[in-house]
This record gives sequence, structure tokens and C-alpha cells, in this order.
Amino acid sequence: MSNKAIICQDLTKQFGAFKAVDHISFEVEQGEIFGFLGANGAGKTTAMRMLCGLSFPTSGKATVAGFDVYHQQEKIKANIGYMSQKFSLYENLTVTENIEFYGGVYGLSRTEIKKRGGDMIDMLGLSQSAKKLVGELPLGWKQKLSFSVAIFHRPKIVFLDEPTGGVDPLTRRQFWDLIYSAAADGITVFVTTHYMDEAEYCNRISIMVDGRVEALDTPTQLKHSFQAQTMDEVFYQLARRAQRTAD
Amino acid sequence: MKRLGFILQKEFRQIFRDRTILAMMFMLPIIQMVILPLAANFEVKNINVAFVDHDHSTYSRRLMDKIASSGYFRIVGYEQGYREALYLVEKNEADVILEIPQGFERNLVREGSQQVNMTVDAINGTKSSIGGGYLTAVLGDFNSSLDVITRMPQNTADLKAPPIEVTWSDWFNPRKEYKYYMVPGILVLLLTMIGGFITALNIVKEKEIGTIEQINVTPIKKWQFILGKLIPFWIVGMIVFTVGLTVMYVVYGIFPKGSIAVLYLFGAVYLVALLGFGLLISTFSDTQLQAMFVAFFFMMIFTLMSGFFTSIDSMPPWARQISVLTPVTHFIAVVRLIVLKGSGLEHVRMELYYLIGFALLLNGLAIYNYRKTS
Repeated sequence: MSNKAIICQDLTKQFGAFKAVDHISFEVEQGEIFGFLGANGAGKTTAMRMLCGLSFPTSGKATVAGFDVYHQQEKIKANIGYMSQKFSLYENLTVTENIEFYGGVYGLSRTEIKKRGGDMIDMLGLSQSAKKLVGELPLGWKQKLSFSVAIFHRPKIVFLDEPTGGVDPLTRRQFWDLIYSAAADGITVFVTTHYMDEAEYCNRISIMVDGRVEALDTPTQLKHSFQAQTMDEVFYQLARRAQRTAD
Repeated sequence: MKRLGFILQKEFRQIFRDRTILAMMFMLPIIQMVILPLAANFEVKNINVAFVDHDHSTYSRRLMDKIASSGYFRIVGYEQGYREALYLVEKNEADVILEIPQGFERNLVREGSQQVNMTVDAINGTKSSIGGGYLTAVLGDFNSSLDVITRMPQNTADLKAPPIEVTWSDWFNPRKEYKYYMVPGILVLLLTMIGGFITALNIVKEKEIGTIEQINVTPIKKWQFILGKLIPFWIVGMIVFTVGLTVMYVVYGIFPKGSIAVLYLFGAVYLVALLGFGLLISTFSDTQLQAMFVAFFFMMIFTLMSGFFTSIDSMPPWARQISVLTPVTHFIAVVRLIVLKGSGLEHVRMELYYLIGFALLLNGLAIYNYRKTS
């Protein structure tokens, strides 16, 4: 039990007659990089929001970091980091001010924030821009900063919702370096993406189609069982079965 | 508590970084307080009168002179007939027609009474009723002076005072200046705007740009988030209140007759109530446009039914009940009482309870309705 970061059993979210997430079950090991794939509208974000305690499941069971998604959402929130699709640092605050605010919200002390924040800014190479408003940074920098802020309080699990959307290939590479170093520190990474090269970087991946998890394995095994050369092919084979139109 | 400190720090940084909002918060009150009382003035002057004099006598002449010299009327014409005078009303050049019939002087002297015909354009209700009233008063005055003239030759014993004599003095606003009534009301409206709109828009903006989701996924407690929004805008509101009071004194020379501490106590509670109202709206709205419309809808009702423009006592019973249910009503009443009459806490205690009730209710609903998990 304790060594599983996420356990999900028949988790379902229904909006009226529409099953956005339809009885999904999977487990994520601690320290794992877990890729959560699926076409637009397959239900990835909805599933992730339930796991983060932002939305109540309709039925099914799930625990995140050992806490129940129905009753212990606030405990889950203290133990996870979250980076949403929308950039959500405060654009009218500086880099340092954003770090200070989120650090404080997660209960870090001012001295800790100062020390760790300084290290983090150095590591990101943002020393020149520490006093700049976040709104003035280029997108790639924003995304890297956003990720670093999401793991600043050293959560057990970090949820990343399409973190590299619209980012250039070089920055994406750097971004994945950050993910790897977070995983090396023992943080479990739960990431959604549309880039199949990124899928290859994950330890294991699941692919959602129409609200269900249709495949779950390591990238190598998946390619093997779908008799495909690349992850792209695997994805096409599965996504083609979709009945829903993407939104 | 430590967490709240970080939240407050962030809110203050954002407030003071946004120069436009900052300017709006501090310049608007000054501009509004200076301009609005001059324009929003119910004092009726320049009532346009057209005369139709069929008598052409000394008395009719004297009556018209008396009206012209009263200071409230502007003579727009001496017409030959009623039809011509009515034409002036239709062209919106005259508000009142005074028709003096033939034999006006003769009947007055011989019989001691005579009717005149007064026609008032009632489209602008206030102007017509007040204008009509003024004219009636001038006529009454003319009557009594006539009394003296016609009775002069007779025995002076007849000149004794009438059985009941009415004299009056105007309290609390001896010069009957409208600004004393309006300025405190406008001050209240200012606080209402700050409280009702700015918090609502601020939170909904966080919803729009998506930062609220990031907040909702942190272990921030509901009360911490809400206090984090309330406190900064409460402080801003109190500063605006102070600026408003200063303008009231510097520009209009109105200094609160009652206790300033009591005034601030009410201001403080009122702001908490209105901020709660703004918070409540923000929990229902997803976009700033929605929040604006909803807030505006209620602000209109609050303002028009608050007794700011019209007397609550003359509203129909159902309207009076709505009026009692809006916090603005109570605060306007209290501010007028304290500033103009010098009422103390003991006179306005009930209003304080009302406002505390509103503050608890609105904020309670806002906290209840704010959801970190949907």
C-alpha cells in the first residue's frame, strides 16, 4: 500500500449522461515517471483534477499519497504539486515574489524560501531576471519556472498537465531534464503530453480513449504488443478507435 | 496565521502594482465627491413662468412683480391668452402658467376673494411639485399683504394676529442646502462601489486567468483565502472613506457633528458587509462580465431604494421592506444622522445590529459557497 503513490480503482466522473472518465484503474509507483496520454477530450484533465482534489469523483476509489480523494482532499493538496495547462503563476508579480507566495502558502518559513528560492533561481539560470515580472518572461522560461514552483515545497507527487505545450524542442529537452532530476529526488511525476517522443521518456505510460484507459505499460512493451515501430503508431492505432469527437 | 501573512503580502503587492486601479481607488472618490453634489441637486431654481393677465390692474401687476422678485422664478412671457401660454409649455419653455382673470382687482377689493388659475407642467415631478408649492407660497404671502392693504383704513383692532400663527425654523440644515443631504450620501455610495465591485472583480479575474485553480490545489484554507481578499480591500476602503471625509470637510465645510469614532465603527462594519457581498457574487460568477452585471443589478436596487435620492417614508410598504433589507439604507441613514445631527451610538444602535447582521450573513454565505473542490 504505502509504496504506491497513486491507486485508482474504477474511478468515474460523469457530467449528466456523459462519462468524461469511465471506470479507470491503475497504480503509480513511488518515484515513477508516469505518462498519461490520450487525444484531446479523452478525459485526461478531468481524471487529473479528481486526483488533485479539485473535483469530486462520481464513483470509484482512489488514493493519492495514501489519502482518499473523497474525504482527505486537503491532505492530498499538502502533498502534491500541480502545474495546470493554463499558465498560472501571477504575471504581475516578479519571479521571486511568486516563489515567495507559493512557498509561504505551502507552509515554508521565510528563511527556507530565501535559501531554496535562491538556489532554484540559480539552477534555472534566472538570476538576471529574478526581479522581473513573470509576465515579461518568454514562454519556455515561464514553463520551467512554473514546474520548479510546483515542486518547490518538495511534494511527494507532482501532476503536470501538458507542461510543454507550445514550447520549442530545445526548451522541452531542458524541461525533461528538470523532470528527471525531480524524479531522482524521489518525486513521483504524473504527466500528460501530446508529444510521443516525450512519452518515450516515461517509465510507464497509459493511453486513454473515450474516458477509458485502453493501454498501460512501459513504452517498449507497448510498442511490442501493438507491433509498432514508434509510440506514434501505438497512439494512432488506439486513438482511431475513439467514438467521441475531440473538442 | 503565517500563511495568511504571505497571502496578504501578495495581495498588497498586486494592488499597489496596478497603477490604474490605484488611481481609480483614490482619484474617483475625490472627483465624485467634488462633482456629483453640484450636479445631483434637487434644489429647484429657475422655474419658468408664463403670465396671462386678463385684468391689467395694479393688483395683478403687483402680484406678478412679487413673483418675479422672489428669486425662484424666471418670467418667460406675458401672453395674451391661455392658448399662447400653453404653447410655451409645449415648447418646454414654460413650466408654470399663471392666469389672472378679468376683474381680479375688483373682486379682491369688493369681495375679499378671487381665484387665479395655475397650470403646472408635471412631467418633471419634482420641479412641478416644488415649483407649484413655491408659487402657492408666494400667492399666500401676497394674500396676507393684501389683507393689510385692504383693511388699513378700518379699525386697527382688526389687525390683531390670526388665532393660530405658524412660525418655523429649520433644524440641522438651517439654510436648507441640498449639499448637506447629498454629500454624506455620495460618500456612502463610494464605499459601496469599492466594497461591492472591486472584490468581486478581483476574485473573478483570478478565475479567468486560471490562478484560482492553482490556489485551490494548495492547502490554503477557505478562511485564509477569503480573509486574504477581505483585509486588503477593507484597508483600501477605509482609506477611501478617510479621503472622502476629508473632501467633505475641505470642499464643503461639513464636519461630522457626532463622534468620528462611531462613524468609523459603522464604516468598518459596513465595508465588511459589502465586501462579503462582493465575495458572494464572485463565487457565483465565472467571468468579470457576469460579475459586473450581477453587481450592477444589485447596486442599482441598493442605491435607488436606499433613500439616497428619495424619501423612504414615502415609498409604498413593499418597497420600504426591500429598502430595510439593503445594507446601503442603514448606512446612509446613520451617516446622515451622525454627520448632520450629531447622533450618538445610543441613537443608532439598531442600525449597527442590522449592519453586523448583514456582514455575518453575506460573508457566511460567501464562505459557504466558495468551493475549493467542485
